[in-house]
Amino acid sequence: MLRVSIVKKFDSFALNVTFNAPAGVTAIFGPSGSGKTSVIRAIAGLLACDRAEVSFERRDISKLPPHKRDIGYVFQDTRLFPHMSVLKNLRYGGTYGEDAVIAVLGLGALLGRYPTSISGGEKQRVALGRALMSAPKVLLLDEPLSGLDAPRKAEVLPYLEALRDQTSIPILYVSHDMGEVARLASRIVVLNHGQVVLSGTVEDVLANPVAVPFLGVRDAGAVLTGHVVGHSNDGLTKIETGAGALWVPGTVGRAGSSVRLRVPAQDVILARTAPINVSALNVLPVTITALERGTDFGVAVALNAGNARLLARVTKRSCDAMGLIIGDKIFAILKATAIAPADVG
Amino acid sequence: MTDWLGPAEWTALWLSLKVAFWATLFSLPFGFGAAYALARGSFFGRQALNVLVHLPLVMPPVVTGYLLLLGFGRTGPLGEFFEDLFGIIFAFRWTGAALAAAVMGFPLMVRAIRLSLEAIDQGLEEAAGTLGASRMRVLRTITLPLAWPGILAGAVLGFAKGMGEFGATVTFVSNIPGQTQTLALSIDILLEVPGGEPLALRLAIVSIAIATIALTVSEFLAQRVSKRRAT
Repeated sequence: MLRVSIVKKFDSFALNVTFNAPAGVTAIFGPSGSGKTSVIRAIAGLLACDRAEVSFERRDISKLPPHKRDIGYVFQDTRLFPHMSVLKNLRYGGTYGEDAVIAVLGLGALLGRYPTSISGGEKQRVALGRALMSAPKVLLLDEPLSGLDAPRKAEVLPYLEALRDQTSIPILYVSHDMGEVARLASRIVVLNHGQVVLSGTVEDVLANPVAVPFLGVRDAGAVLTGHVVGHSNDGLTKIETGAGALWVPGTVGRAGSSVRLRVPAQDVILARTAPINVSALNVLPVTITALERGTDFGVAVALNAGNARLLARVTKRSCDAMGLIIGDKIFAILKATAIAPADVG
Repeated sequence: MTDWLGPAEWTALWLSLKVAFWATLFSLPFGFGAAYALARGSFFGRQALNVLVHLPLVMPPVVTGYLLLLGFGRTGPLGEFFEDLFGIIFAFRWTGAALAAAVMGFPLMVRAIRLSLEAIDQGLEEAAGTLGASRMRVLRTITLPLAWPGILAGAVLGFAKGMGEFGATVTFVSNIPGQTQTLALSIDILLEVPGGEPLALRLAIVSIAIATIALTVSEFLAQRVSKRRAT
């Protein structure tokens, strides 16, 4: 368990952050300028703070210089050493698990090359491998995908998933991309203006209607876990989730493989009666568990669907016209295409 | 070929190379230290250090030579210190000429090294730290290798300055053939004796050749630095 408590006053805002991160991926999520990078720089000892308590397995590391903290840091801009080959870069911090790291990250063909002659995605994989080979006790990833275009992101993401599934250390993953967070993280710490506004498991936080204003209207939405039942001839995939069976677009995974689906709150339609003759493929019976009226025109509606949770965002006008109250049994309508393939993983 | 220059002139050329070589070798570590402090340090007196380093560049060389005479002459406090401790005498010796050359070349050397240090992305040094490298290891494996073209360029500039130094040298250690009479000082003498002009011209050509080579090498190395900055 990594325990973090940091206080630092900047000119424009104050950072005051306390959270714990167990083994596995914890996302640090927030808009730019919310202090995400400052938090992990403080953990690595690269940012002097007014007060910093950082401990790992009850060992206080907050007084140690960066090179004694046993922390792996993957920077947004990779920071590979330009005068060293890929292999020398990888070995700079140690040779822990060298063969496995090179194999898992697919670096075998790059070892003799130099950083200036490899692609952005390859650089990011080398940076990841270099951090891992230093045998870190905590891994910090600072938006490792944000400098990459969509194809390069798709190239690196599977490696990050493999990393998540194969290591048993705490990994802090700084991101402002909810798609990445939903796909990789099991826990999330939501930052806003240097403060922790919400933290917990990804399922809990993303299904919490209170989170909507902090996550942003576009990013709010519950995460469902399920497994692939099969693929249809007309190009859809059926996934059995705790909320019921859902059809999603495209051919996703293999039958039996487990997947996570992100259901954007703004793409969920609510109805009093089960609709007939609609084009939407997914209609789920749900129960309203909470209503959170926003400061604008919207209402966040928390829903129980089977043994899972969903989040919908509708207008105050619709909410009032339908007379929605807690405990109502209604229907949630999900367009299959609203669940974008990029969010499925 | 050997009679193209007289024996006195060959001695002067050889002496100049010796003086410039030792001046460069001994001032390089200090030059790097000063450049590192100016590029990376944030300490009280940083601006004072900057001024001090650049003073020999802007002061009249005669003044620098006079100050050296006061400090490093046989009765000067530093002169006595070096003689007692290391047995090194600067006054009216080639070692004094080397000291004058080192002091005069110092600002040029520091400037070149400092520019190359400032061109290094400090994020790389940070990254090396997170990989477990101590400050010394970061300096040895990241900073020095990335700055080496600038360090070499600084050394070349310091060497070239040392080859041609006149004012501070003649003030500090006078003009003694075989001991302190370097290339520049020989030319000065030759111009004052009747019939010495052809030899002076030959020495001038030698000087120009050495200066040209030095500048070309330092320019080439500077380009390598800016190329690295671009990538």
